[in-house]
Amino acid sequence: MSQNPFEGTKEQMAELLACIEANRGEKGALMPVLHEAQNIYGYLPAEVQTIIAEELNIPLAEVYGVATFYSQFSLTPKGKHKVSICLGTACYVKGSDKILEAVEHELRVRCGECTPDKKFSIESCRCVGACGLAPVMIVDGEVYGRLTPRDVKGILDKYMQD
Amino acid sequence: MINLKINGIPVSVPEGSTILQAAKLANVRIPTLCYLKDVQCVGSCRLCLVEATGARGLVAACVYPVSEGMEVRTNTPRVRKSRKTTIELILSTHKKKCLSCVRSMNCELQKLALEYNAEEDKFGTDHDLKPIDDLSASVVRDNSKCIMCTRCVAACERQTIGAIGPKNRGYAKVIGSPYDVSLAFTPCVNCGQCVVACPVGALYEKSAVADVWGAIVNPDKQVVFYTAPSVRATLGEAFGLPAGTNAEGKMITAIKQLGDVKCFNMDITADLTIMEEANELLDRLNSGKPVPMFTSCCPGWVKFLEHYYPRYIPNLSTCKSPQEMFSAVLKTYYCQKHGIDPKNLYVVSVIPCTAKKFEVAREELGNYTDAALTTRELAKMIKEAGIDFANLPDGEFDKPFGEASGAGAIFGATGGVMEAALRTAAVKLGGKGAPLEFKEVRGTEGVKEAEYTVGKTTVKVAVASGLGNARKVLDAISSGEKDYTFVEIMACPGGCINGGGQPYVHDEVRNNIDLKTLRAQALYDYDADKKIRCSHDTPAVETLYKEFFGEPNSHKAHELLHTTYTKREKY
Repeated sequence: MSQNPFEGTKEQMAELLACIEANRGEKGALMPVLHEAQNIYGYLPAEVQTIIAEELNIPLAEVYGVATFYSQFSLTPKGKHKVSICLGTACYVKGSDKILEAVEHELRVRCGECTPDKKFSIESCRCVGACGLAPVMIVDGEVYGRLTPRDVKGILDKYMQD
Repeated sequence: MINLKINGIPVSVPEGSTILQAAKLANVRIPTLCYLKDVQCVGSCRLCLVEATGARGLVAACVYPVSEGMEVRTNTPRVRKSRKTTIELILSTHKKKCLSCVRSMNCELQKLALEYNAEEDKFGTDHDLKPIDDLSASVVRDNSKCIMCTRCVAACERQTIGAIGPKNRGYAKVIGSPYDVSLAFTPCVNCGQCVVACPVGALYEKSAVADVWGAIVNPDKQVVFYTAPSVRATLGEAFGLPAGTNAEGKMITAIKQLGDVKCFNMDITADLTIMEEANELLDRLNSGKPVPMFTSCCPGWVKFLEHYYPRYIPNLSTCKSPQEMFSAVLKTYYCQKHGIDPKNLYVVSVIPCTAKKFEVAREELGNYTDAALTTRELAKMIKEAGIDFANLPDGEFDKPFGEASGAGAIFGATGGVMEAALRTAAVKLGGKGAPLEFKEVRGTEGVKEAEYTVGKTTVKVAVASGLGNARKVLDAISSGEKDYTFVEIMACPGGCINGGGQPYVHDEVRNNIDLKTLRAQALYDYDADKKIRCSHDTPAVETLYKEFFGEPNSHKAHELLHTTYTKREKY
């Protein structure tokens, strides 16, 4: 069902099952379990959703429905470095869409996706409270402001090395 | 009791009632769309908005509770404008191919749009055509016509399947199976309750109409129809006859006017099923094979068991369903007797069911059925042939498969298979004077239980309809809380009379009458009028055993009338 092959470890699975056990029988168990599953795997692989559905006795269609409703859940894996471009009003009017385009061009994947070598993933976000620095981009929590599309390559190169 | 006024009409209703319920008592009509009795009550479509004192804005009548002294207005300019705008917004994302739509003239949205004078392009037409999912053997989904009322989702949840749900968010939201998996590859049991819940043309059965027309005009083919027990009780609704009308005679005449075809009575193989099943049950009881035995006539229930309770496969009767028994008999016995090459005999079953279409394709059943038509598809063919159904004279089923028992006819209602089996068991084990009616297993309740002593044997029976109820019974058996001898299960709530292939009934009708009881009553009345009441007295069944099968559970019967089951994964 998923485009990315599932590469979960035994330890991750044990952690997931422990979390399901802790929430079993609770009303509204699905949300906390999905949150934890995303923490464990970095995203919600189809295989993990299937296990959650089976274990909590909830139809897969419902699990998938919740996972695709909330934007903080991701169905695609996250890279080692998370690149986030602010598309909030201030950044947008300062041309952050062009920054996003430059990042997509540089990494050869679209917003919401992960590079095949799992090094980078791109996502967009709404206002990070740094409007004075617009347009901004965040890599692994570090904020880069007053950007032009030309700056993108240099910043990403720093992270390419490791 | 709470006293309130609706459009000035005083009405008293129990505390906790909704405005919609109160309005029904005051005979005031409030339009609904997402509300469906017994299925969904969420107040999301905003069609039933009304003005009510004490409320800040307009409120949704289907969920808003009444209060003492409340005054409700259902017909003010504000209410009418709001409803009209809501309809126009729904129309803006709806694929308006009304002229060629399966639901044209029978569409709840079309009806509301006309009533409220809605402009179809008031807000433009803002939608991308979405892919049609037609890979399932039974159900087709055209999401471009979906209006997100989620009645299908609620119907599927009520069946405890949950094969479909809302996905994504905002404009990207669609109803469907997880990821982009087709319904064909989910644990969907093909019951079609989603189809009869849909107010528009977003869900419909996979049609076999063109194939059947093709066979009728093909000079090499001999076409035989046979009709399932419940079709006589519902077909008339498609032609404006009131719910609960037995239209058997007109149905037969109409089928014979479609072309050079024969029309047989499926009640006969319902009777044959009883003969085989009763013997199987006795054999299980005598040889220590697994009990309780579960009935296997309902293909929705069979697939449910294969997906969700495969450990009970040994308990499922090995009998084929009446449809598959009939087709096997036609392609073997009937062909041999009349010197017909089986490949030139085209067998059409008319059934109230979408799951039967899936059953037709099950290879282990021998693929004896060529096409399965729902009651709706038969009605469509009759209309297409220009037949004036309401004014047809009564016809009779063709020989040798015409005369059947009343027991075979009640197969179409929940409890009917059980009662038919009990009748035969009572006579076989108890002799003359045995009871003919077993009213404890009648009625539309979800789960019914009874205990009977037939001869020297005590049998504990249970009857469930609707898969949520089936689950309750299975779980009670698993936990050891219940211990039955024989269990009848039908996937659709109320049984085949409420099947997924039955005529569309508008929410307004469905919300206000007891459709299941009316339709079932038509079958019980039919049964009461029958000279032959027991399956073993049906002449065609006796002939079949004498000329062909020998005796119930014979080697030949096993070959043609019994089957096997397979454990199925969910995804």
